[in-house]
Amino acid sequence: MILAKIHVTLKQSVLDPQGSTVTKSLHALGYDEVEDVRIGKFMEVKVNTDDRKAAEERVREMCEKLLVNTVIETYSFELSEV
Amino acid sequence: MKFAVIVFPGSNCDIDTIKAIEDVLQQPVDAVWHHETDLSPYDCIFLPGGFSYGDYLRTGAIAQFSPVMEQVKKAAEEGKWVVGICNGFQILTETGLLPGALRHNNSLQFVCETVPVVVENNNTPFTADYEPGQVIRIPIAHGEGNYYVDDETLQKMKANHQIVFRYADKNPNGSVDNIAGICNERGNVLGMMPHPERAVDALLGSSDGRALFTSILRKWEEKHDA
Repeated sequence: MILAKIHVTLKQSVLDPQGSTVTKSLHALGYDEVEDVRIGKFMEVKVNTDDRKAAEERVREMCEKLLVNTVIETYSFELSEV
Repeated sequence: MKFAVIVFPGSNCDIDTIKAIEDVLQQPVDAVWHHETDLSPYDCIFLPGGFSYGDYLRTGAIAQFSPVMEQVKKAAEEGKWVVGICNGFQILTETGLLPGALRHNNSLQFVCETVPVVVENNNTPFTADYEPGQVIRIPIAHGEGNYYVDDETLQKMKANHQIVFRYADKNPNGSVDNIAGICNERGNVLGMMPHPERAVDALLGSSDGRALFTSILRKWEEKHDA
């Protein structure tokens, strides 16, 4: 079994209203060093295969097709054996 | 002229849309379940508002893979008229039938009010009964109506008159260029966040949505010499 840990965030060029609100909130709490906050999604996808290369290809396809809207979002993932 | 209103699990403006078509146009309209694989009997297809698949993952993300969507794409390719309202607009962008995407409102609040909207392009089968630049009052009700498109695509859309509706004064959601509704390059697919089906009688607070429906029937009759 392979576990894919997928991170999805809004592209840098796309304004993230949740991120900006949280940035302001952290500033209000005194964390002045906070430059920027981006809020995204974290997904864990368990894939029933031991073929790492095949899993990578399939997970990338899943991201492009459904899990990520590449018009506004960007993603990265890491695979581990479980 | 025969209309279809697609019903996804979680659609909640399907009946309003059906009633609007019946009341304003007195034309046949069917509620079509999202498993349908034949839309050939229909001349115009509406994707109604609501929360298809509970908005899980992203608004419209799951609905784009409903069996009926292949048929909606086919109908659009054939030049049939497709209208997506609110969640229907979100589904059309996810499917790629319309450019861009709908993000969370910049206020992070759900907005529900009647707003003034400018008809930017009345040279479409959906807006022909409006005057160019006419300001109409149409309700909006959405949490994710903040339209985004990259600058390059926006310039192309402007040059091709694809911006059909803009918010007239304050922008309720932060959308790029105050966009409230757009069409595809060919002009046969419309997506809009405001709900014209909720504005078809003065009793509802506005009847400014009627002209969207009457435009469709008039242009269709002209085209088919009916």
